Amino acid sequence: MRIAVAIDRVEKRFGSLQALDDVSLQIAEGEFFGLLGPNGAGKTTLISCLAGLARPDAGRLVVMGNDVVKNYRAARRLLGVVPQELVFDPFFSVRETLRIQSGYFGIRNNDDWIDEILANLDLTAKADTNMRRLSGGMKRRVLVAQALVHKPPVIVLDEPTAGVDVELRQGLWQFVRRLNGDGHTVILTTHYLEEAEALCGRIAMLKQGRVVALDSTRNLLAGCAGQTLELRLARSATLPQALRARATASDGKWTFTLASLLDIEPLLASLREAGCVIDDLRLTHTDLEDVFLGVMQNGGSVPC
Amino acid sequence: MLIGFRTLLYKETLRFWKVSFQTVAAPVLTAMLYLMIFSHVLEGHVQVHGVPYSTFLIPGLVMMSALQNAFANSSSSLIQSKVTGSVVFVLLPPISYVEFFLAYVLAAILRGLMVALGVLLVTMWFVVPTFAAPWWILMFIVVGGGIMGTLGMVAGIWADKFDQLAGFQNFLIMPLTMLSGVFYSIHSLPEFWQRVSRFNPVFYMIDGFRFGFFGVSDVPPETSLAVLATSFLLVSAATLALLRSGYKLRS
Repeated sequence: MRIAVAIDRVEKRFGSLQALDDVSLQIAEGEFFGLLGPNGAGKTTLISCLAGLARPDAGRLVVMGNDVVKNYRAARRLLGVVPQELVFDPFFSVRETLRIQSGYFGIRNNDDWIDEILANLDLTAKADTNMRRLSGGMKRRVLVAQALVHKPPVIVLDEPTAGVDVELRQGLWQFVRRLNGDGHTVILTTHYLEEAEALCGRIAMLKQGRVVALDSTRNLLAGCAGQTLELRLARSATLPQALRARATASDGKWTFTLASLLDIEPLLASLREAGCVIDDLRLTHTDLEDVFLGVMQNGGSVPC
Repeated sequence: MLIGFRTLLYKETLRFWKVSFQTVAAPVLTAMLYLMIFSHVLEGHVQVHGVPYSTFLIPGLVMMSALQNAFANSSSSLIQSKVTGSVVFVLLPPISYVEFFLAYVLAAILRGLMVALGVLLVTMWFVVPTFAAPWWILMFIVVGGGIMGTLGMVAGIWADKFDQLAGFQNFLIMPLTMLSGVFYSIHSLPEFWQRVSRFNPVFYMIDGFRFGFFGVSDVPPETSLAVLATSFLLVSAATLALLRSGYKLRS
């Protein structure tokens, strides 16, 4: 497996803030890789270092064999970055913006590919509209298009769906999935954990500039015990003493963590024997959000 | 070759051209107002370098407008893209800092030339100028515009907010250009202020540029060009070092 992006012991400080603290990651070609973490964890700083917008204080970042500092021209040609902020150049139309962006990457007469990107992002009708006149969602699509003008093998999306409606989000993911299917490596940061769970094959979680979890999405989910059972008792009755130790209470609700579904039957039997009447009951599967919260609360050493 | 550089130059030129009413027509109007007012007051009373006042004034006005607009072009383009965040579009591609520098400075010179041409055409309606040494005219406007475009880059990179840039423009660029001998020959000044004027690089730009029209100047044009070429090299080297370090552009 060839390596698309290698990040090796990267450090970055802003004044007294340690934004990145000894971060190392390797992302293979063709991966769909997720970068998760709360605000201020260092995700955008890491992407900025990769894209040459920030310079690491120590360590090395390499894109398909090209050091992003020493061999920045080659490295930047291989990267397509969709920035987090909704930025645009108000002087130009969508097509002008994309032609200019192609030229920056040394490409002329790129209209065939530009037309294809526009069609895929549902922007064809807006091609000659000035950037100022586009809605927020449309501007976001143009940002994605700008990142793709030079057909980069590695695509970095920094929270591309923040503030974007459901329809566009679906369309965007379909498109990015197809690019990934065609062999593009995709690195994604997002706040929508269900999005990361559905899309990413592997996930790194950052907290205060450090990598606190790094594994395949499947392993991360499996690391958290399977299911939880939430129940509410009629007339706010309390649990029998024997069960209380296994449950956590909040807001009149009792939550049990189950190792497997076979635990449900004896649990319900003990409740019946104690004469408890169940008012409401809900079975939930562990999702990435549980894993995420577990990692973040436990200082990251042990998931869940 | 150099498609990245050429595209950036094209984009910077297209940027001001798309708003040319504000970037070219407005300064032409301002220069015309200066000419109308000053020539109304002084015409017939004052002669400088042996020519009537309005004839003397025109080359200085042309150059002053060109210089102020060369500065305005690179500085406002950079601060706008920094404030709106769209500067990432030129930072993400494989464009070297030298290409970056050349594209912004050349676009600034071009804007200066456009404004100069506009002012010259409009003032021809009042006075038809003479062109004693056209090559000097061209050399001085290119070097002068280059220096101001480079200073504009420094100001645009340094300023975080529009009012900081306005301060740079109002308290440095305006006095330097207004007190450079556009409206008078420095020989009419007291000895002390004549000596002070010689520390103002814009004085050499105006004086050398005017030589191209009349063949007469306060300082020999070779001296002015040497002063300006040296200044251009110094500010360019400093600006390139700034860009290379990534100051305020790459954190």
